[in-house]
Amino acid sequence: MRVVEKRQLLSAKEIDRTLHRLAHEIVEKSGGAKDLALIGVRRRGVPLSQRLAKLIGESVQAEIPVGTLDITLYRDDLSTIGPHPVVQSTDIEFSVDDRDLVVVDDVLYTGRTVRAAMSGLFDLGRPRRIRLCVLVDRGHRELPVEATFVGRTVETSDTEVVEVRLQEVDGEERVMIVDRVP
Amino acid sequence: MLQRLSHLLGVETLTREQINFILDQSKPFQEFQRHPLKKLATLRGRTVAIAFFEPSTRTRISFTTAAARLGADTMALQAEASSLKKGESLIDTVRTLEALRPDGIVMRHSSSGAPEFVAQRLEVPVLNAGDGTHEHPTQALLDALTIRDRKGKLEGWNVTILGDILHSRVARSNIHLLAKFGARITLCGPAMWCPPELECLAPNLRRTPRLEEALEGADVILVLRVQTERLHEPALAPEEYIRGYQLTPQRLKLAHPEALVLHPGPMIRGLEIDSAVADGPQSAVLEQVTNGLAVRMALLYHLIGGAAADAPHPAKERPNASD
Repeated sequence: MRVVEKRQLLSAKEIDRTLHRLAHEIVEKSGGAKDLALIGVRRRGVPLSQRLAKLIGESVQAEIPVGTLDITLYRDDLSTIGPHPVVQSTDIEFSVDDRDLVVVDDVLYTGRTVRAAMSGLFDLGRPRRIRLCVLVDRGHRELPVEATFVGRTVETSDTEVVEVRLQEVDGEERVMIVDRVP
Repeated sequence: MLQRLSHLLGVETLTREQINFILDQSKPFQEFQRHPLKKLATLRGRTVAIAFFEPSTRTRISFTTAAARLGADTMALQAEASSLKKGESLIDTVRTLEALRPDGIVMRHSSSGAPEFVAQRLEVPVLNAGDGTHEHPTQALLDALTIRDRKGKLEGWNVTILGDILHSRVARSNIHLLAKFGARITLCGPAMWCPPELECLAPNLRRTPRLEEALEGADVILVLRVQTERLHEPALAPEEYIRGYQLTPQRLKLAHPEALVLHPGPMIRGLEIDSAVADGPQSAVLEQVTNGLAVRMALLYHLIGGAAADAPHPAKERPNASD
């Protein structure tokens, strides 16, 4: 199996602009930032949630709490994959009870990660509301899940992969569509 | 790449990398114990056989709770309830157990090597919960996690093990584990419980019958349980043991001021340990209990999880399914 880059979806500049817009939308649709907190899904949802929290915080002049969620233990495919994936820590320092949470991830695909993230959050308490923010929505849902805040929607085929590269994780900054050819 | 474990039979054969991996993987489960809702669905539909051919309360409850918190079901097989007393052989008991199709077996047995015997004959992962005087690997791992958490690292400590070393699988597993991390180990106890053969267990290991000498400069003190039934073979009066070996606040002062006190439980206050030490700031006995849950959850997750033997189809490639 070879992986071929087909095209770039977002440049570093476009990612930055998209995040500014998403931060703005979150504030606007939340009627401020009261009780608002962001939850980044490991791995690439984490830097995205931190950047968004900073942008939102600057616009509303308040500190926005950010947490990190590892969904490994909540996956529904553990019995079909080989060796178990390594469990990372979940770091949510604040109580999620009655919070207005925005779950942040890089790509929305089948919806299963989001399902797992919601199960994980419910184990921590009872949020007042959970919404979803993704950088890219690539379609192919297998569950009735939609994002409230979407950076870019893109049509993809089954064999394509949306690769998000972020400075904090990958040392470069762009989003591309790659294809896996046999 | 880390060599994947298929059983946990002892720590002697584990590499440092495998031990570090297990301890690292226990961290998320430590934090999980603080969740208001302590129930995962990760091992839903899996069954863990808890086969204890020797009485135990703590380890059995710890493993049963760990399995329950991962969402697995357990079936308990206990010495009193089993057919062992009716003369059934170990292998027949285990084959019967296997016919019930568990996804993993947690096993305690009074014969050293019994879990290995079973592991060689059955397809399912076997976790040793203590076998004879051989090993008690999960105890050593939870002790290691406690040391690493409280003292910041696992490497290079002066460790004193106190009590009936000869009959203690906890001592053996701890010696094997800590020696891999460069510990200088001192064994201390009445001569009959601390024979010279023990010196071959690890390098940098010394023995002394004198408690004062053993405690000097100790960074970690592992107090073993005194099994009162053993105090008679040969006769050693409890008062004599208390006089010579009880860990008291005065004696603890001989150790490093920040020395950590561990005890695998159940403690007999007033025999091997003074209450003031057991409840003091240097004691980590309750953290040991909680860490035991975390370590056992991590092990059950990695050994029993993964592809089930009867998984319907192999891994389907899933781009973007999750990182």
